[in-house]
Amino acid sequence: MAYPKNFKYTKEHEWIKADGGTATVGITTYAQESLGDIVFVELPKVGAELSAGKSFGTVESVKAVSDLYAPASGTVTEVNQDLATAPEKINSDAHGSWMIKLKLKDPKELNALLSADDYEKFVAEETH
Amino acid sequence: MSQVKKATRHVNQNEGLIFEKSSPGKAAWRLPPLDVPEVDTADLLGEAERADLGHMPEVSEIEIIRHFTRLSTWNYAIDLGMYPLGSCTMKYNPRINEAVSRFEGLANGHPYQPERISLGALRILKTLTDCLLEITGMQAITLQPAAGAHGELTGILLVRAFLQKQGNPRKKILIPDSAHGTNPATAAMAGYAVENLKSNSAGMVDVASLAAQMNEDVAALMLTNPNTLGVFEQEIHKIADILHGKGGLLYMDGANMNALVGKVRPGDFGVDVMHLNLHKTFSTPHGGGGPGSGPVACKNFLEPFLPVPVIVTKADGTLGFDYNRPQSIGRVRAFYGNFGMHVRALAYIMANGPDGLRQTTEDAVLNANYIRKGLEGVYDLPYKTPTMHEVVFSDRVQAKKGVRTGDLAKRLIDYGFHPYTVSFPLIVPGAMMIEPTESESKEELDLFVDAMKSIAEECEKAPDVVLEAPHSTRVSRLDEVAAARKPVLRWKP
Repeated sequence: MAYPKNFKYTKEHEWIKADGGTATVGITTYAQESLGDIVFVELPKVGAELSAGKSFGTVESVKAVSDLYAPASGTVTEVNQDLATAPEKINSDAHGSWMIKLKLKDPKELNALLSADDYEKFVAEETH
Repeated sequence: MSQVKKATRHVNQNEGLIFEKSSPGKAAWRLPPLDVPEVDTADLLGEAERADLGHMPEVSEIEIIRHFTRLSTWNYAIDLGMYPLGSCTMKYNPRINEAVSRFEGLANGHPYQPERISLGALRILKTLTDCLLEITGMQAITLQPAAGAHGELTGILLVRAFLQKQGNPRKKILIPDSAHGTNPATAAMAGYAVENLKSNSAGMVDVASLAAQMNEDVAALMLTNPNTLGVFEQEIHKIADILHGKGGLLYMDGANMNALVGKVRPGDFGVDVMHLNLHKTFSTPHGGGGPGSGPVACKNFLEPFLPVPVIVTKADGTLGFDYNRPQSIGRVRAFYGNFGMHVRALAYIMANGPDGLRQTTEDAVLNANYIRKGLEGVYDLPYKTPTMHEVVFSDRVQAKKGVRTGDLAKRLIDYGFHPYTVSFPLIVPGAMMIEPTESESKEELDLFVDAMKSIAEECEKAPDVVLEAPHSTRVSRLDEVAAARKPVLRWKP
């Protein structure tokens, strides 16, 4: 499975793509696969303050409702409104369907996250 | 495949909506001539008067009887066959419970009738509380909560009230990743942040991580024991000690109490507060046949905070309600809870007696292990730890053929069984959670094991049969995704 090299990943299966002081966040292909058909996404409002590791929303599939965890701290600058009416986009293209954009509080926080290779290894271990 | 005996077709009468049967002017009633002065409703009600009642169905009596009788054939019930819905404890509801709850004095009793003519009902409530305290090893109890999650909220509000009284309600509740979803919901409703606790490779609370995560911000741990994998938390004493060492409380979700009754008592292994599900463990009706009942039992130090009223023995020796409880969290339910369920639960407890209840627990555990033994090797068993009252397999073997837990469950319907619980607990990918309860005979368990084996064989030889199941039902597989994404909530002509 191809995990973009320019993304960083969390063990909770979010990806984050940083561009200087801003970043884009979504969930991984592995996450959408485990969740199954996604039917609803609840995202924060623009201006919300997120802290790394804390829940910033939920994603609901036909199987379960799961928390979304912020990969890094920051302020929400944009929310992907398309997902409100078409959550299935996450199933068809998880790495292309971003959820929120952030103004990062400290871009160095990303250093603690997993690289594409590490994440792939982590997922392989989780699924044995 | 054909040797499976229980490949029964479901009885399913086709039936439309009651609105579609309507024809103008048809009715099952006729009013006598008016023998009082007519009132001008428009004058009386003003703008609130409705001339058009919308689409009220107009049908005859036999049509409405047939309508609901036909709809009833769409049901599956424990009275039709095994209902192995894991974590739900769908046990048989003994008819003696129903007989007792219909006694005239009980069925016609009214919660507003004076205490002095309600002494029988009060005696029933008191006897039930005594029995439940004996069974759980706890010290005080309220019967008010209307169901399990309601009991959880009541229990956590007791925790909060107690800690508040100490000066600090604290900030968070620890919840294992195998927990029922109602646990984090309860914590959030009670104003706490939720912190996830990872399970270890045996499917139990990782005691070292718990010790690391425990601090003075933690109000309580909400723990289900046995947990949702059907595994008994063997280090429960250590878990309780870690919590208590930092001033936290141990809450037990009693959903799986069917594995403990008559064997071990939560009050003896360090639990401070817990709820029971009378509609699971104590055989009162479950689901549509409810209502539920979720008593909360606690240790004495939480007693002052229990919901009002509590039952007390008065100076003259009679029973009554005490409302003068200044530290109480208040009422959580009208009157004293779902009294009809209390009657049924007590009937069940008394009909079984201590030995009968112990036997029930042993049979429930034996049945789950019989299924585990019968299906191990056919389905993947992710946790090898000994099984209590329920067993969790995964679809790992069948997933290689593209068949997932939901497909297997749908196919089980064709074999005449209610599906097991799918995709839960969340820590098992493709979970298949099976709880037979003590109600099933060896013969019925054999039929179930045969059906599950036959389905596994179908996955190898003809996976499409499973992927397109169910085949024997009135409607074929529903589009659950479309139903969730674009629900149609209203009938329109």
